[in-house]
Formats: sequence, structure tokens, C-alpha cells
Amino acid sequence: MTLTAETSRPSVTAAAGRVRRRRLLPRVAPYLQAAPLTVMLLLFLLVPILTIVVVSFWDYDSVRFYPDFVLTNYTELLTSPVTWKTYLNTLKYAALTWAITLGIGFTVAYFLAFHVRSTTWQMVLFLVCTIPFWTSNIIRMISWIPFLGRNGLLNSGLISAGIIDQPLEFLLFSDFSVVLAFVHLYALFMVVPIFNSMMRIDRALIEAARDGGASAAQTLWNVILPLTKPGIAIGSIFVVTLVMGDFITVRLMSGGQSASIGLMIANEISLLQYPAAAANAVVLLAVVLIMVVAMLRIVDIRKEL
Amino acid sequence: MTAGSTVELVKLRKAYGATVAVDGIDLRIAAGSYCCLLGPSGCGKTSTLRMIAGHEDITDGDLLIGDAVVNDDPPAKRGTAMMFQSYALFPHLDCTDNVAFSLKMKGVGKEERRRRAGEMLDLVDMGKYAGRLPAQLSGGQQQRVALARALITRPGVLLLDEPLSALDPFLRVRMREELKRLHRDIGITFIHVTHSQTEAMALADLAVVMNQGRIEQAGPPRELFNQPRTAFVARFIGGHNVIEGGVVGDAGRCAVRTDRIQLGGTDMLSEIQVEGTVRALEYHGASVHLSLDVAGADEFAVVLDEARYFDAPVGVGDRVRAGWSRRDIHPLVA
Repeated sequence: MTLTAETSRPSVTAAAGRVRRRRLLPRVAPYLQAAPLTVMLLLFLLVPILTIVVVSFWDYDSVRFYPDFVLTNYTELLTSPVTWKTYLNTLKYAALTWAITLGIGFTVAYFLAFHVRSTTWQMVLFLVCTIPFWTSNIIRMISWIPFLGRNGLLNSGLISAGIIDQPLEFLLFSDFSVVLAFVHLYALFMVVPIFNSMMRIDRALIEAARDGGASAAQTLWNVILPLTKPGIAIGSIFVVTLVMGDFITVRLMSGGQSASIGLMIANEISLLQYPAAAANAVVLLAVVLIMVVAMLRIVDIRKEL
Repeated sequence: MTAGSTVELVKLRKAYGATVAVDGIDLRIAAGSYCCLLGPSGCGKTSTLRMIAGHEDITDGDLLIGDAVVNDDPPAKRGTAMMFQSYALFPHLDCTDNVAFSLKMKGVGKEERRRRAGEMLDLVDMGKYAGRLPAQLSGGQQQRVALARALITRPGVLLLDEPLSALDPFLRVRMREELKRLHRDIGITFIHVTHSQTEAMALADLAVVMNQGRIEQAGPPRELFNQPRTAFVARFIGGHNVIEGGVVGDAGRCAVRTDRIQLGGTDMLSEIQVEGTVRALEYHGASVHLSLDVAGADEFAVVLDEARYFDAPVGVGDRVRAGWSRRDIHPLVA
């Protein structure tokens, strides 16, 4: 006891000295620590968004756009029936993609989390799920074209098997192919957060449910599903925002026959109508943010972060 | 409420691959008794409990609850209810819904099940917290809710997996009393897994000491304490010195209670005496605990009444004689 008291005394005075010398630093340190993230967010998020908002009030003609404060970009956008139809179409893609990826994501995650017993196999199968991500979006999308086309692998296969006489027209350059590509591209974004949520469920809860007489389906509905909600919400946010903002998938897979908001903005940019594109982008941002907020109101995701 | 059920294990065996967790045990637990499965971690006590609960497949042997072999029945059909070590309360449901869970699964109407859950919460003194989520409760309160949830199915056997280990020592003693009271009040069979011999002594009608997948000894706590059958039991129950065969006279391996040993000088009158050096000394208030280095015993402890010790105090490093009478010796079979 006496020994420890003596040895600790010099270190106490040394610490006091350090505190006095560095009195300024403790006050500044938290700000310094928060600075890198603040700068990043300002530079790469806030400044671009503000620029878009500002430009959305500018005016333009066929050759240039110039600073002004007009609401025409917005009034033209919101009063045009094309806008409303395009939004409806985009929302349809988002809803279909969301429902299908949710079904696939939940099933795959459930299988990985509750049916695969060993951690090694869980990791192996999980990595298998990510293999498509080793190639780029465009390549994954384009590879559907020779498969689904009028004389593609699927049609010729079905014809030679005698199942159909005429090639199926709806397979490619249709809503079907667009949603198929979306599901293919984004299903993993649903699998990962749901799998993560499921892995956090205490296995004793499943046993407790069984002990209380719950069947497998009752356990799924009453225990697993409610506890997986945060993961479903996070996955839904990913999928919905990605689909709402997409333009390349819709252009490629619909063969230019369908429109989406993203595509509409891309067209406006190609026509150098930057202020119109900016107004469109601001409205899209607002719509997506409202959707995200609505999802967050339904499900509390805080404990997952 | 419901009467308890007998539980009978016949050559019950559990193997995980090549590892044998429970090695063909036989045990009969009388209806309405309080049975404690006791042993160090890895002795197979939890596997045994989980087999009784139906959360672990039985590798071999039979399990009878009441008169029926229930080896392949799901938990809900066995008339057992389990209280989990971590309580396993559903975090998204409030106390009432947690307790009412099994009723909901059975399709009992909302009004009816909420009323019965309320009654059950009152029984464990948690009525006023009915609307809270598990995360808003203390460990002891969560345990009461878990208890209510287990009891609402009116089981014949309540299975408790280390129910007190997560509580602080003060609360542990109080919950222990409460478990005992509850057992007396509702009269069903309790099977309680623990690694604490104090807990088993305080609660059990039937204490079962397990080691390496086998039952070392089963009996009332007093029998276990006064007539330990093996060295393992004597050491695990505590309060005993195990003395190897041939050390004192003709006796084989035997046990002597630490509080039956006296210390003295060469003028000591005890029938059996050994000599040793005091290695450590602890003052415990009512008693003084001494550890001696004695040939033929790994651990040799002496518990002396405080007043007796201070009549003739000894210090660490002193040579002393320890003695006891012949009738305090319990021969051990292993």
C-alpha cells in the first residue's frame, strides 16, 4: 500500500503540469476532430446541392443559361403532364423493385442467418452473394440483352424445347426487363442489412418462442419479422433511392421506350437546359427525402447504427 | 394451479459428434420437488436441462414427463416451460405482451390474454410495469417477467437455466427466497441448473451433482454435505478436506468437514492427528479460515470459531497439529 502511494505521487504532479501546458488544446480538440468530416460534407454534399438549388432558379435559352430569379423552371415542370406520368412510372419501378428485392432479400437473409449453422459457411455463402458486384453495373445489365432478346438464349431455348411458337416479346425492352435488371442490381442492398439485423437476434428468443408454443411461421411473423424491421428499412432506403435516381438502367433495358425522372434530367442536360434539369433534380431530391423520412417514421433504425 | 409432474431420465445421453456431453444418466425427480442440477461448467447440466425442455435432441435413452415418453414432443406439448439464462424476453414487446405470448400463439383472444397476463404479472409483483419494454427494466424485474411468461402456460415442470447468475449478490439472495416461495405456492416441479453449491443447498429438495456428463451423487442437500460419496462431491460441495488413503491409519480416501477439525499442540487429545504448516489465514467475522500445508492432502482447510481461534492464535508459517475424531471421517468411494 505505502509503496504504491509513493510511486504514484510523481506521476500525479507530472500530469498536472501537462494539463496546465495544454489548457488550450482540450477546448479546440473536439472541433479539430470533427473538422475533416465537416469539410467533406460541406465540400461534397452541401455546396453541390446549394449550387443545384441556385441554378434551378436561373433562366435559359437554347444556347446558354444565365443568373436570374425565375420560377418558370418549376411551374413548367409541375404543370406538365409528362412530369406526372414520368413520376408515376418511376414510382411504379421503385414499388415493384422494392417488393421483389424485399421478398428475395428477406428469404436469402433468413436462409443465411437461420438455416446455415456454421459461421464459416455463412461467410462463404455471403461472399458468393457479392460476386456479381465484382463487375460493373453496365456489364451486368448488358449481359441480359443477349439472353432476353427476341432471338436471345431464352427465347430460342423455349422455342426449341417446344414450349412456345413465337418469341416472347415482353422479355426485353419492356417494364419487365427494367424491373428485372433493377432487382438483379439491387437485391444485395436488401440482403445485407436484413442479414445484419437477423444476425443480431438472440437465438434464445427463437427458443423462447418455441417454448411458448409458436410454430415456425408464428415465430417468423411474431418475433423475427418485427426484430428485422430496422434492416428492412435500411435496405428499402437503399433500393428506393437508387431506383428513383436511376437513368441508365431504364434507358438500356427499356430500349428508350420508358421514361424515368433520372432519364428526364439526363435528357434535359444533354439539351443544355441546366436550370430545368436543376429544378427537376431539386423536386426529385425532395420527393426521395420525403419517402425516406416516411420510412424512418415507421421504423426506428437507430439501434442498427 | 396445476400439479407438478414427475420427470424421469432413463439412460439419457447427448453427444455432439464425438464429444459426449451427457453420458447415459438415470434420474427420477418426484412431482412437485425442487431439483437442482449442480456442477462445474461443461459437466452436462445445461445439456440435460435443454433435453428436458425439448431444445436439444436426445441422442439416446428416454425422457419421461408424467407417465409419457416425450423424447420427440415439441416443448409446448411436454408441459414444461423454460426460463432462459438471459431471460430471452422479446425486446419489441411490452411486459404484458411478453407474458401473453404463448396465449397469443394458442389463439386466445386479446382481452382474455391481456387479463391473464396481468394476473400473472401481479403474481410476480410486476403489475405496475405492465406497459414497459424489457430494456426499461432492471435485471431483477426482467427475471420476474420471464418467470411470469414461463408460468402462464401452467406447466407441470418449470426449467430454470442459471436463473440467478446475472443478478448482483444482494438481489440473488432475494430472488432465491422468492423462487422458494413461488415453488411452495404453486407446487409444480422445479428443475434449476446452477454452478453454485450455496444456491443448490438453499433451494433444493434434490441436489444432483454432475461431473463430465455423469451424475456423481443425487440426494437431499444435507445428505450430500454430510455423506459425500466421492472426492469430487466433497470438494465441489465445499467445507470438506479430502485426505488420501493411507495418510492416517488404515483408512482409505476419506473426507473430513473443515469445521470439525481442531488445532492444538503436542498435548492434543484428538483420535486422529496430522501436522502441518499454516499457509494462509483469513478472518471471516464469525469464523477464522486457515489453510494448512499437510502431507497427503492438496488442500487442507480448517474453519475455527472466532472465539476458539483467539484463545490460542497461530500465525502464518507456524507448525501446528490438526486433529479430529474418528466419527467425523466419511470414507469416499472415489
